[in-house]
Amino acid sequence: MGKLAQMMTARRGRGRLHWTDVFSYVYLAFGVVLMFGPVVWLVLSSFKTPAGLVEFPPTFLPLSQIEVEVEGHRKPLPLYRTTLEDGTVRDLAQIRRIGIVSQMVDPENPDQTYKVPIDQREEIREFRLALENYSDPLERFNFLKYLSNSVIVTVVATAVTLLINSMAAYGLAIYQFRGRNAIMVFVIGTLLIPITVILVPVYLVVTQLGMINSLWAVILPGAATPTGVFLLRQYMLTIPKDLIEAARMDKASEWQIYSRVVLPLATPAIAVLAIFSIMWRWNDFLWPLIVLNRSEVYTLQVGLNAFQGELDVQWHYILAMTVVTLIPVTLVFAFLQRFITTGIANAGMK
Amino acid sequence: MAQTDHAEHDTSSLSDRLTALAAWPVHLVFRLLEWPFAALQRLVGIRRMPWLFLAPNLVFFGLFVVIPLFINFAFSLTGGTQLFLSDRPFVGTEQYGFLLDCETFGDPVTCREDRFWKGIYNTATFIFFQVSFMVLFSLITALILNREIRGRGFFRAVFFFPVLLSPVVVALIWKWILLRDGILNAFLVSIGLDKILFFVSPEWSMFWAIFVSIWAHMGFYTLILLAGLQAIPPDLYEAAEMDGTRPERVFWRITLPLLWPNLLVVVVLALIKGVQIFDEVFVLTGGGPGTATQFIVQYIYNTGFTDQVQNFGLAAAASVVLGVVLFFLTMAQLAATRRRDDG
Repeated sequence: MGKLAQMMTARRGRGRLHWTDVFSYVYLAFGVVLMFGPVVWLVLSSFKTPAGLVEFPPTFLPLSQIEVEVEGHRKPLPLYRTTLEDGTVRDLAQIRRIGIVSQMVDPENPDQTYKVPIDQREEIREFRLALENYSDPLERFNFLKYLSNSVIVTVVATAVTLLINSMAAYGLAIYQFRGRNAIMVFVIGTLLIPITVILVPVYLVVTQLGMINSLWAVILPGAATPTGVFLLRQYMLTIPKDLIEAARMDKASEWQIYSRVVLPLATPAIAVLAIFSIMWRWNDFLWPLIVLNRSEVYTLQVGLNAFQGELDVQWHYILAMTVVTLIPVTLVFAFLQRFITTGIANAGMK
Repeated sequence: MAQTDHAEHDTSSLSDRLTALAAWPVHLVFRLLEWPFAALQRLVGIRRMPWLFLAPNLVFFGLFVVIPLFINFAFSLTGGTQLFLSDRPFVGTEQYGFLLDCETFGDPVTCREDRFWKGIYNTATFIFFQVSFMVLFSLITALILNREIRGRGFFRAVFFFPVLLSPVVVALIWKWILLRDGILNAFLVSIGLDKILFFVSPEWSMFWAIFVSIWAHMGFYTLILLAGLQAIPPDLYEAAEMDGTRPERVFWRITLPLLWPNLLVVVVLALIKGVQIFDEVFVLTGGGPGTATQFIVQYIYNTGFTDQVQNFGLAAAASVVLGVVLFFLTMAQLAATRRRDDG
């Protein structure tokens, strides 16, 4: 035991356990529960049946009552652990309930029925994942459509952003020309004007271009990002000028220098921008909410919001769809966390 | 990254192959664009090529940022319900007059457009608590994560994870927890308290709006502060230890002053984000109960897009007011960032 305690309390540096160390670990443990707990609860809840969801107090794991096929009855019957008058306890299936009495049948012996007061029986439950929460929305709602809309918006918008931002960054990083500084100031200046400030006029522009209720209305307005241009330009400035001069000597066109020399060298910065763009687009909400008014063009985020705003909220479907919406971001996080955190630490953007 | 060499080799060869597969359409597009760009280069000469590369991005900026900025002013000076400017009557500063018409500015009820002022007061309340507690908890978390802690990478990831979640997902997760028969009420009942209908009470709704937005964004600010803490030269701490300086003194005399520029950046960034709060709270509370959690952006959204009569002029005027506030905050951010990076 002494060895173990020593191991648990050992710290690099000074030897003794200071109260701040205890506080730190308590704080962190609490943080893990507070940050991960809600997500875990969401995932567990998403596997519960509608009956399991309205239960109060809620069960931790998704449980549902066992149902059995009994001869002579068309539907499967729910199973109860029943205490009979003589004190014996048996597993019986309920045929129907009349007031406070329920009519039960022995699944082993279908001819034998019992009348039991309902407080003498208890549900028999098993661990079961209600996978239909996930499969039903695929058939019953436009969920698959929302999913594909979100994927299209994310992929196309990211491709457009990477192309035009890297071209602009190349123009600003590689060439010396009159007006370059003015353009840089202009690019940084557009940072001052977030979409929340120009909702009405951008809506007008998008309407004029005939893009309302099409995915282009979501893709195009945010495609040119000042942060992207800035990030890529700063990276491209570090590429040695000699390389570009050498390519020009070899009679490469400017486009070839851009696409075959500079872009491959700027891959790390482009990867960071790609990750950010994917997250921005997948999570985008306010702007799609304004320009997408028909269910066929909804993205996941807008569709989810529409579902939760309905009068009769179908939580079992909403929770499952929320989990699906969460999966891509979680995967990106699991594999690319390091990129994202260093990107944020360096660029101070989100 | 605790993979064996063998596994790493396998995944890298697979990812190489996937990358090559994903890359070929990209190569194709760049190849196809080669000829037209070469032709353009012959036409305009190499000196004008940068403009050609800049053109697409500048067209987008012009179309979706610069032109809208001017149209926004034009909108705010017109009335009526038509979307197209040519159909809208010029009303001068009437919209601004309507927005700013208050008997006393201290009380939203005395204003003609009380929803706008309610939005401003709500936003101010929200920002005050959200920014102060978020910065406080980000600082504590960053200080703890900066210690020699086992599993530091894991804990950092845990605090950062909610940052990536979409606002809609964040709001739904918490709405599910806070429902009348939700798990939080189950906990309250289990310790002998009564259920609380959180979304019926204005105070609780505001509390949870603040709490949830801190939960979702704290990791981002923690990360910036952590980067700032790690940039503090370790020899300063070593020197302090040799002098036998007390830890509290080290914090107040070394850590805090050297972190101050970063803290300033974090405060201003949080203010800029806070003024524009919309998504999470809109899904969580819908602005309710009544207008208890309706913020400025939701006022603009409602006025311009969801009200029976779409009042674009009024929405544009409110956007201009929001834009002015954001302009000053962004200036403060640039000043703070410059001070940090120079100092």
